[in-house]
Amino acid sequence: MPEQKVVEAEHLLLEAPRERKFITGSQAFAEAVKRANVDIAIAYPITPQSETMHLVGDLYAQGYLKDYYRAEEEYGAMSAIAGAVRGGARAFTATSGPGLLRGLEAIVSWPGHRIPAVLGVMTRVVNAPLSIQPDNVELAYLLHSGLVVLHAENQQDVFDFTLAGFPISEKVDVYLPVVVATEGFFVTHAKGYVDLPPEDMKLPPRDPYKAPVPPTDCEIPPARIQRDAPVQKSNFMSYLIHAVWQQEIWSANERARKWIKHYIGGLIEVVNPDAEVFIVASGCAAAQGREAQRYSELEGLNVGLVKVKSLRPFPVQELRDTLKNAKAVIVPEHNIVGWLAKEVKAAIPNSGIVVDGPKVYGGMTLPVELIMEEVYKAFGIKKEKKTLV
Amino acid sequence: MQEEKKVIVPGPAGYNPKPAAFLGVDLPPPGRALLYGEEVDEEKAMREAAKAMLTRGNPTIFPGPLVLWGWNAAAMEKAKAVLELAQEIPNCRIIPMPDYRPKYPKIDPEAEINPNHPNLTILHNKIEACIFVGVHCHYANLSLRMIRAGTNCFTIALCAEMGHEDAMVSLRDQHAEEIRRFKDVLVQVRNEMGIEWEPKLPPENPSLPKEDWTKITPFDFGEYAALLMPRRGEVVEESE
Repeated sequence: MPEQKVVEAEHLLLEAPRERKFITGSQAFAEAVKRANVDIAIAYPITPQSETMHLVGDLYAQGYLKDYYRAEEEYGAMSAIAGAVRGGARAFTATSGPGLLRGLEAIVSWPGHRIPAVLGVMTRVVNAPLSIQPDNVELAYLLHSGLVVLHAENQQDVFDFTLAGFPISEKVDVYLPVVVATEGFFVTHAKGYVDLPPEDMKLPPRDPYKAPVPPTDCEIPPARIQRDAPVQKSNFMSYLIHAVWQQEIWSANERARKWIKHYIGGLIEVVNPDAEVFIVASGCAAAQGREAQRYSELEGLNVGLVKVKSLRPFPVQELRDTLKNAKAVIVPEHNIVGWLAKEVKAAIPNSGIVVDGPKVYGGMTLPVELIMEEVYKAFGIKKEKKTLV
Repeated sequence: MQEEKKVIVPGPAGYNPKPAAFLGVDLPPPGRALLYGEEVDEEKAMREAAKAMLTRGNPTIFPGPLVLWGWNAAAMEKAKAVLELAQEIPNCRIIPMPDYRPKYPKIDPEAEINPNHPNLTILHNKIEACIFVGVHCHYANLSLRMIRAGTNCFTIALCAEMGHEDAMVSLRDQHAEEIRRFKDVLVQVRNEMGIEWEPKLPPENPSLPKEDWTKITPFDFGEYAALLMPRRGEVVEESE
């Protein structure tokens, strides 16, 4: 490994010269970890996450990380991450679909424990029936847990969001885990162009004393809460401490907004802000939405794109401002429940203009034509259906 | 300041009020402060905080572990600055927040304050103005929220980090030097208000037994005896 010099996150993310590489999403995760001065990575393999964690294991072998191991399963992996982080280490892990759900109890306790770590989520169908294909219904489970959740459209986002995830999560006013989600296979196993800063630069090491909670001390909450459960006693004070504790997690989540704006340029990206019809999408669906917006432009239709980069905190005000003059909002998704459409409906005052779809799931691809059908409907354009066979 | 601009004011705000961050209060950038949830000049916020500590009933400073324990030279210097500040506030008391463990079955509200039920200490001592200093941000935020919910106390946060939205006055990046600057502003405001006061230390904490460090033994540490203890007379100048 090359000698790495420590530079500020601002320099590494926003100023350093970049060189274009053609790499997979898994490689993009690893390239971010390589520059993030990560102390430890712990994971349990699951497709489509395995390749990423193999690559991170290679980084350990090369000396970039101080420690790396395969845990007994996801519950163990996510619990060990909490222990490592509370002990002062900077940690990275990743999982997918059923693995995420197996580790979920430990993961959703991270915000309450104030655990600043980065969790890669390479989305995969949730069983049953068993499948390894991409479907992002699992993200719905993460949206109400207090974690910061970023959703990467492509390999470049994977790199930028993962590298930015560490400084965002370790800000004293945030101090929450950051999830960097992206679609399994579509992004993790496909190649795309990624502009990378030099690999001889890395983030400053984590300073565990710059924190809103003391470093490891098992005699203070939340550790002690787990041991003798004092706030579970049934009296008003115990309810009150838990209530304000939850408020603190979500206040911290709110405070992440300014750091997301600072490091990754905002919670949303808007293409054609004066459009009549908008496509609002996150992750891989945003890539297809981007194509649909381009097709629309070629056909002379005034269509815009809102790519939602941050699912938590959710860009409520940004969406209200951007969509205030829209006559229709199309929300393509890679899941059956339509969690993003629900979020968008809840965010804007005129939710009736939101089209809940098109939705694909179970690993299906999301053809641009499917989004275009909704675009035509929104403009009242009738198109002949073509018979394919 | 216009009354309608005040977002965060002394309570009681209610059974379970929304935290300030949900109400759109943002932490200020370096060099700025929060006053009633609005971003203002540090000087303006300091003057309002000084007025509260000089005019409201039973002003009290709550020092947390970051100044109570001699972690390093900076913590010791900060603790000295807090004592200097306390001396300048008429009839000021110091009630420590030595740790964050819930105190069961019952806290001694004259001896300490605790983030799991800080309102008990505020209500018992009828504290109408207080300063949080050296409390880790997470626990300060829990406390400030509960105090605003259930008491009429005017809360001031002297934060070493980025500040606290739920305090009526929040000053950020407060270390020994900045705390001494706040003390100077407080003395200036006190003089302007014509309040006469000779600096003196707050009274001893009435509930704490007199400490006799000459007779301490490892048994005094109970189950913690096995943990690292500084040798008698040892002063830790700096930690890693």
